[in-house]
Amino acid sequence: MLKILKYSFFDLMRSRWSYVYFMFYLVLGFVLLFLNNDIDKAIITLMNIIIVLTPLIATIFGVMYYYNSREFTELLLAQPIKRSTIFMGQYLGIAISLTLSLALGLGIPFLLYGLSVSTAIFNFSLLLLVGAFLNFIFVALAYNIALSTENKIKGFGYAILMWLFLAVIYDGAFLISLVYFNDYPLDNFSLIATMFNPIDLSRILILLKLDISALLGYTGAVFQQFFGTNIGMISSIGVLSLWVILPVFIIIRKSNKKDF
Amino acid sequence: MIAIKNLHKKFGKLTVLDGLDLEIAKGGIFAVLGPNGSGKTTLLKCLLGMVIPNKGTISYNNENVLKKWEYRNNLNYLPQIANFPANLSVIELIKMVKNLRPKESNEQELIELFGLNSFLNKKLGNLSGGTKQKVNLVLTFMFDSDLIILDEPTTGLDPIALIHLKELIEKEKAKGKTILITTHIMSFVDEMADEIVFLLDGKIYFKGSIEALKTQTNNTNLEHAIAHLISKQHA
Repeated sequence: MLKILKYSFFDLMRSRWSYVYFMFYLVLGFVLLFLNNDIDKAIITLMNIIIVLTPLIATIFGVMYYYNSREFTELLLAQPIKRSTIFMGQYLGIAISLTLSLALGLGIPFLLYGLSVSTAIFNFSLLLLVGAFLNFIFVALAYNIALSTENKIKGFGYAILMWLFLAVIYDGAFLISLVYFNDYPLDNFSLIATMFNPIDLSRILILLKLDISALLGYTGAVFQQFFGTNIGMISSIGVLSLWVILPVFIIIRKSNKKDF
Repeated sequence: MIAIKNLHKKFGKLTVLDGLDLEIAKGGIFAVLGPNGSGKTTLLKCLLGMVIPNKGTISYNNENVLKKWEYRNNLNYLPQIANFPANLSVIELIKMVKNLRPKESNEQELIELFGLNSFLNKKLGNLSGGTKQKVNLVLTFMFDSDLIILDEPTTGLDPIALIHLKELIEKEKAKGKTILITTHIMSFVDEMADEIVFLLDGKIYFKGSIEALKTQTNNTNLEHAIAHLISKQHA
C-alpha cells in the first residue's frame, strides 16, 4: 500500500493545484497575521475559512483524482495487488498531500510570526487537527460518490451537493428547527444534531476552545459543559474519527464489488 | 490452464455473459473474436478479476481465481486504452510497475525494440496515442509470465511497430506461453492465431482452428467466415 500511496502522493504533489492550494494558505496566513497583528483574531478568521474551504477543496480533489486516474487504476488492478490496497493507497495519498498543503501553508507564517512562544499554540494545533480531519473525511466521502457514479459530471454534481448540504443547507435546516421548536428544551437535540455534521462539529469544537462560548447563551453553556471537558473533547474527536472510518470502510466494500 | 465454467455477467439489465464455458490449454495463440459488444473484454476482465461475475467459476492453473490477487503475478495484461497519469514520465511509470511486481524484467530490450529511448524522460501526457501504446506494450511484455492477455494490441501502431509486435508474440509463443488476443483485424488473426474462440450472445459460439472455421462456414477467406458467423446473430 505504501508504494501506491507514494505514487499518488507524488503525482498530486507535482500537480499545479497542490501548489496553488499551498500558496493560498501561505498568503492567507501571512496576510492575516501581519496585517491583523492579533493571533486570536487571526485564528478565528482562519477557522471560518478552513471550515468551509477545506471540505470543498477536499471534495473536489477527491472526485477529480478518482476520475482522472481511472485508467491508471485499471492498470493497477491488472497487477498482483489487492483491491483494497489500491484504493486505500490512493485515498491516503490525496488526504495526506492536502493536509500537508494546509499544515505547511499555515504553519510557515505562524512559525515566522513567533507562534511557538505564544499561548495560542494549542488553539492553532487544534485548528490544524480539525483541518486534517476535514480533509480525511471529505476525501473519503468524495471517493465514495465517485466510486458509485460512473458519469463524471454527475459525480461532480453529487459531490458539490454533498458539500453544499453539509456546509450550508444543514445549518439552515438546523436553525429553522431551532426556531420552530423554540418552546422545547433543545440543548441535547442541538448537541446530537451537531455530531451528525462534521463541519458543525469542527466549528463548535474550535469556537469553544477559543473561549467565546459566552456569546452562545444557555445552549453555549451546555456545549461548554460538554465540549469543555476532556470527555467532550475525546468524544468529539471520536465522532470525527468515525466520520473517517465509516466512509473508508464503505470505500473498501464498494471497491471490492465494483466492475472496472 | 484456464477453465471457465458457467460464467454469468449482467450490467444492469444487459446480459453480457450468459453461461459461458471455456477451456484453454497451455501454449499457443488464441484469438478471442466476436462482434462489438459481444463480451470479449468482459470475459478477459473477469479472468483478470477486474469485473466480478454474477455466477460461475474461473480457475487458472487449477486454482480458483475469484477474489484472489496473487495469481496476477503470473499473467501480463495489455489494456485496450492506454491512458497513464499525465504527470509521470515514461521511465518513472516503468520503474513504478517494476516496483509493484517483484519479478525479473527486460524492459531495456523492449525500449530499444520500440525505439522509445528518446521518450523516456517525456511526460506521458505529451505522448501521441501510438507512442503510449508502445509504452503499454513494454509494460506488458517486460515480465516473464505464463499467460499474456492482449486487448486490441494493434491500436495506433505504425507498420514497423506492428512487425515488432508480431515478432514478440511469436517469440513468447515459442517459449510455450499462452497468449489471448482480442482484435478486429482479421489479417492479424489469420497470420498469428492458432485457435479461434468466437463469442456470440454471451456464449462461446465457435472454438477451433482457423481451418475448421473455414470449412464449417464454407468460406476460404477468414474475414468472410467471421462475417458469416456474425450475420447469423441477426438471422
